[in-house]
Amino acid sequence: MNAVEQGFQRDLERINQIVEKNGNDRTHLIAILQDIQHEFRFLPEEVLIYLSTVMNIPLSSIYGVATFYGQFSLEPKGKFEIKVCDGTACHVRKSGVIIEAIRKKLGLTAGKKTTDDLKFTFETVSCLGACGLAPVVVINEKVYPQVTPEKISQIIDQYKNEEES
Amino acid sequence: MSDRLLNKTMFIDGKEYAYDGERNVLEVLRKAGYDIPTLCYRSDLSVYGACRMCVVEIEGKGVVTSCTIPPEPGMKIRVNTARVRRVRKISLELLLANHHRDCTTCLKSGDCDLQHLANKMGIKDIRFAPRQETLAVDSANPSIVRDPNKCILCGACVRVCREVQGKNVLDFTHRGSKTVVSPAYNKKLSEVDCTYCGQCVAVCPTGALRVKSDIEKVWNGLGDPSKKVIVQVAPAVRVAVAEAFRFPAGTNLIGMITAVLRRLGFDKVFDTTFAADLTIMEEAAEFADRLKNNGPLPLMTSCCPAWVKLVEQKYPQFLENLSSCRSPQQMFGAVAKKLLAAHYGIDRKDLVVVSVMPCTAKKAEARRPEFRQGEQLDVDIVITTQELIKMIRESGVDLRQVKEEPMDLPFGEHTGAGVIFGSSGGVAEAALRTAVEWVTGAPVKDIDIKEVRGVESFKELQLMLNGSMVKVAVVNTLQQAACLLDQIKKGECDYHLIEVMACPGGCIGGAGQPYSIDNNLLRIKRSQGLYDIDQNMPVRKSHENPQIKRLYGEWLKEPNSHLAHELLHTGYHSKRRIQARDVNLSPGSRTDVVDVRVCVGTSCYLRGAYDFIGILKKEIEAHGLGGSVDIKGTFCLEHCGKGPNIMIDGELVHHAVPERAREIFDQYILPKCKKEVG
Ligand code: SF4
Ligand code: SF4
Ligand code: FES
Ligand code: FES
Repeated sequence: MNAVEQGFQRDLERINQIVEKNGNDRTHLIAILQDIQHEFRFLPEEVLIYLSTVMNIPLSSIYGVATFYGQFSLEPKGKFEIKVCDGTACHVRKSGVIIEAIRKKLGLTAGKKTTDDLKFTFETVSCLGACGLAPVVVINEKVYPQVTPEKISQIIDQYKNEEES
Repeated sequence: MSDRLLNKTMFIDGKEYAYDGERNVLEVLRKAGYDIPTLCYRSDLSVYGACRMCVVEIEGKGVVTSCTIPPEPGMKIRVNTARVRRVRKISLELLLANHHRDCTTCLKSGDCDLQHLANKMGIKDIRFAPRQETLAVDSANPSIVRDPNKCILCGACVRVCREVQGKNVLDFTHRGSKTVVSPAYNKKLSEVDCTYCGQCVAVCPTGALRVKSDIEKVWNGLGDPSKKVIVQVAPAVRVAVAEAFRFPAGTNLIGMITAVLRRLGFDKVFDTTFAADLTIMEEAAEFADRLKNNGPLPLMTSCCPAWVKLVEQKYPQFLENLSSCRSPQQMFGAVAKKLLAAHYGIDRKDLVVVSVMPCTAKKAEARRPEFRQGEQLDVDIVITTQELIKMIRESGVDLRQVKEEPMDLPFGEHTGAGVIFGSSGGVAEAALRTAVEWVTGAPVKDIDIKEVRGVESFKELQLMLNGSMVKVAVVNTLQQAACLLDQIKKGECDYHLIEVMACPGGCIGGAGQPYSIDNNLLRIKRSQGLYDIDQNMPVRKSHENPQIKRLYGEWLKEPNSHLAHELLHTGYHSKRRIQARDVNLSPGSRTDVVDVRVCVGTSCYLRGAYDFIGILKKEIEAHGLGGSVDIKGTFCLEHCGKGPNIMIDGELVHHAVPERAREIFDQYILPKCKKEVG
């Protein structure tokens, strides 16, 4: 079993609790999905099927909502979400090199966005609105301005170590 | 003005028109004789207003979609202005830009609303860039092909599946330029609880949803000299080919269809209506028997495979209510493969049974494991009415020029009772014509049971039978059927006999039939066509069909005899609704441990599967066996009727209610753990 599967090796209890807390009603579906996303860091298919049973809402409707809002992810996400701006300003300041460095360091590709141990997810975004700080990297909520390949490597190591300790 | 308010009139291109009760301006325009183009509007579904084909100019409102605007007194409407034409054209070009435009090889070509409109609006070039991606086509099931590359997002299929069939298989997913109409997780229709009713196909204005074609298989069979190829034609087909050959809708063309089928090369042409009479023999006997022996009642008809699938997937508690009778199509197949093959002195494998059906679900029914011997199906190929029309056109035979011919004996002989099977209420009426006579022992004189006729989705009837009241309900559409079952579950109503057809109006409204923008009107005409045939038949009760009598005399002996049981009856079982992986409920699964799978599918969930898991986990912990038991949640073990179900190392345990959790743990799980530890 890989780490992705372990990610939702959870008790259905959690899902029932989330539903109970928000109220078992269609009007609370979005709030419930938010809580599930928070719990699992994404919306696992099996969990949504179970949710559709518990809430008596067709799976197609739940899936429709889950794919409509950008805040929801149907793919597993790592504990740390690294975003690199590849907007014009950052691109000009060589964000490409940084993207390469991060992918190499984490063993990721354009198609594979999350590490097997579910620690890191890496995505490029079009503009973070912080062009003055280009090139910009954001990890979870924290902003790292003017990064270089060396700097980002150290930063990632910090996160790795933090996780271990 | 107050006059106008009372008069309810509006002005269309300066001319005054009265309206009354129309739900939107579009309906008023159509009634006034205007041919307003539409793609997303369906008179029998909710209004969506997305395609912008139906735009008109309304004074004070500008260019608006007429399908979304309710009529108001004094409205001034202009139908054909430069602005209207421009908006329509641009909208159409945008739809076409995102559409795979391989019309010449598309199955819908010629019947496609989008293609018609492009032609009508004189679209010459498309100024927008095409969609880049090509999405996967789903053709994994026997009935329906879903090609999202041709979808214009009109949402008609989403609405029909939800509003008419109560199924919600399809929905809008993702958003913006990435929007796709699909089942959850873009699963295949065969991996979700689609019934293959095909109603989504019947309303799709493009080739995005289409009936899977089996025409090639039929031509191959006909071209193989080592095979004898016979065909059965369902009741509803005879009144549904008329429009395609410029006859008035609802005209009975069975004589011409028979003649053409012979020209196409079929060795024998038979009538599914004969098999419908056979169904009545068995079903009326079953009904009489269940009335006498108290159940299980209500008896529910089982001729509609989409309905059967609904019960198997969603209402397992009613499985034993379903009549054990096979559908007429499958009765025909079984009898033909056994008795006809013997009669012709040929091997079963050299007889090819083709059926022409109004239905897409029949294609799936024919492939059910119950209806085959080894790999050999009882009914080899099912084509729809639409496919038959295509074959006739392809063959070059001009249907209008052929002379009517009778069907072959013995299975061409039929009664009026069999014919009305094709319309909602027909099976119930036919069954009662026979059952009442059998139960009372006296011939029934007035055999017209008008209460159950017509295309309405719910009809009921009460009649006195030997001094007791018998209640009959007739429903069509799965939404209506589900509604009735829910009421029965809650004890809000009870019946003795229930007829269900998944398609609106019954089989005449099947998704294999030709469509139009007003499917409801077609259904009414086709239904009338069938009752007219019945009215004029010399024999109108199934048990009086001379060939049926012969079949029982020579072979079957009596309804529900040993042979009848083998050939004409079947069984049902609960089926999983959604294909998905199991969920792990305990950390670190290992292979050297006891594997416990608890069903958390709907049926088992409602019976307490969740609480069962809670108790089981506590028990496991209390015994310190956390690492030796691997609990998984699974979505349906296909024994819903005996749920909650669990599977322990491959062994199924029924009735795993929370109260039994401890007992089950002690009896099944604990000994295994001990063994593994020891
Ligand atoms: S075939 Fe019937 S059940 Fe299946 S998606 Fe279409 S409308 Fe829904
Ligand atoms: S599949 Fe057909 S009916 Fe459904 S949204 Fe697309 S075009 Fe409309
Ligand atoms: S028919 Fe009115 S918007 Fe589509
Ligand atoms: S829901 Fe079908 S066996 Fe449990």
